[in-house]
Amino acid sequence: MSLRTVTPPDPQTLLQGAPPRKRRQLRRAGESYGFLAPTLILLFVLMIVPIVMVIGYSFQDNVILKSSSEFAGADNYVTVLTDPAFWKATGNTVFFSTVSVAVHLVLGLTFAMLLNSPLISVTSRAIFRALYVLPWLFTAAVIAVLWRMLLSPNGIVNFLLNTDVEWLADPQLALGTVTFINIWAGYPFFMVSLLAGLQGIPQDLHEAASIDGASQVQRFWNVTIPQLRPIIISLLLLDLIWTSQQFALIWLTTGGGPIDVTEMLSTYTYKLAFANYDFSLAATAAVLILLMSLVLAVLYVRHQKARD
Amino acid sequence: MAITTQRRTLLAKSGVLAGLVLGAVFAAGPVLWMLSSSFKSNTEIFELPPRLITDTFSFDAYAAILTNSETLRFFFNSYLVAGAVTILTLLVAIHAAYAFSRFEFRGKRVLNVVIISVQAVPPITLLIPYFGLVVALCLYNTYPGLIFTYMVFTLPYAIIMMTGYMNTLPRELDEAVRVDGAGSLTALWRVLVPISIPGIVSVGIYTFMIAWNEYLFALTLTRTTEMRTVPIGIQLLMGQHSYEWNQIMAMSILGSIPVLILFLVLQRFFISGLTAGSVKS
Repeated sequence: MSLRTVTPPDPQTLLQGAPPRKRRQLRRAGESYGFLAPTLILLFVLMIVPIVMVIGYSFQDNVILKSSSEFAGADNYVTVLTDPAFWKATGNTVFFSTVSVAVHLVLGLTFAMLLNSPLISVTSRAIFRALYVLPWLFTAAVIAVLWRMLLSPNGIVNFLLNTDVEWLADPQLALGTVTFINIWAGYPFFMVSLLAGLQGIPQDLHEAASIDGASQVQRFWNVTIPQLRPIIISLLLLDLIWTSQQFALIWLTTGGGPIDVTEMLSTYTYKLAFANYDFSLAATAAVLILLMSLVLAVLYVRHQKARD
Repeated sequence: MAITTQRRTLLAKSGVLAGLVLGAVFAAGPVLWMLSSSFKSNTEIFELPPRLITDTFSFDAYAAILTNSETLRFFFNSYLVAGAVTILTLLVAIHAAYAFSRFEFRGKRVLNVVIISVQAVPPITLLIPYFGLVVALCLYNTYPGLIFTYMVFTLPYAIIMMTGYMNTLPRELDEAVRVDGAGSLTALWRVLVPISIPGIVSVGIYTFMIAWNEYLFALTLTRTTEMRTVPIGIQLLMGQHSYEWNQIMAMSILGSIPVLILFLVLQRFFISGLTAGSVKS
């Protein structure tokens, strides 16, 4: 997990600076392109060109490393889409992402509600909050080496559980283990956002429900959850986008192994390019991943627009 | 009646506290163990039964990291790359945010959609063409190769956050300067930028953290040990010294300290920013 996930951006922010005086603004419109020029150039070079390139690569053979690239039509797509390893990686990515995201929500909401409880003092709330945020502050490389030490066959986890298990090397356990590590690394993002959300729920809603005789459980489902719903959906979509792209954590814990049990779409694509040096197939897989991410991105932007 | 209520509150209170403590062990236990291991000698890391503080408690592992020119180079590289990314991102984002916040122009909606969707593009998708581009432009294994590619992650956020900040500042301030005959650029740098300092600092810190933590591009777009950044350095440490766990943990902690400090500085902003973004009726 990275600090990339600090705050769900509001897609309307850029459109909110609406000018008051129309005519003068139009005269100044040309000027604004000057201010935007560096951004436009960078977006063109870093975004438009690469995406055109990667799509181009996916329809050719022998790209990047050889000078004799030739048009291949849809051959690369047929190769990737009929590769069982691709589908295995897709399945693993879906499992890893959906389980991570679902548990992130449950843990994040539980911790947020515990922290928001009126029964604890302000000081203990601050201390616990600081402790709960900790996993968020470490980069994937650190989280990976830390858990490799904790989960080592003679490490502390096996000692505490009184087991003797190769958590990251056992084909039965490895996928569950990396998912667990990712859950540990990522729940604070939900917790912090949901805590802010909980604190924003007007107290009189809870009071009104209490007066009407609603129990705590009823208030949770009929007041808290509906109030948090927009935030929860944003968080779920963002986390799904980011988790499905996770590379460093997998690469540094299992490298996709043992065999292929923790192979994700990201590690699969990386290996095609930098282990097999088949950049054409890697580009094809990369385009397919892009398409999947775009579906999630469209859902996210739509949801955000509906919110505003 | 009063007693039962009291007892029930007490029970609920201890329940909440028990849950909080349990959660804290889950959240902070691993971090505590990382810290503890960094002070041990390597043979004590996996001793049984495990002890939090051992007899040989020492800063040797930290000393080993901080006196090794190879690992120091990782830190130098990370500071250099993250620093350059931060400065360049801020310069570009301040101008773009000014345009978004104060001007109406053709293509604003399209550009908005582009900037938002850039954030959903998977890094692995960009990596393949970036590798081709960076090699073709002779930027492979160089600082500029990393600095420019990192900006694809930092710029969209920086523009959105910076625009959000400028939107909260009254436009009369910079309008007044412009009416006095000064150009837009003067209005931006003389008026808007000075009063935007809190926003600029926040965006800058945030940008720095993204760049500091980046792994995939650093792994792929650099090759030699003297060009590697801290996250790659931690990984290299694992391979080189047949698992000197105390040094790996010390390096991990040293590598996390800049982000921890910056997070503390930014905490207030993070929380208020989240509240502003998430609580809408």
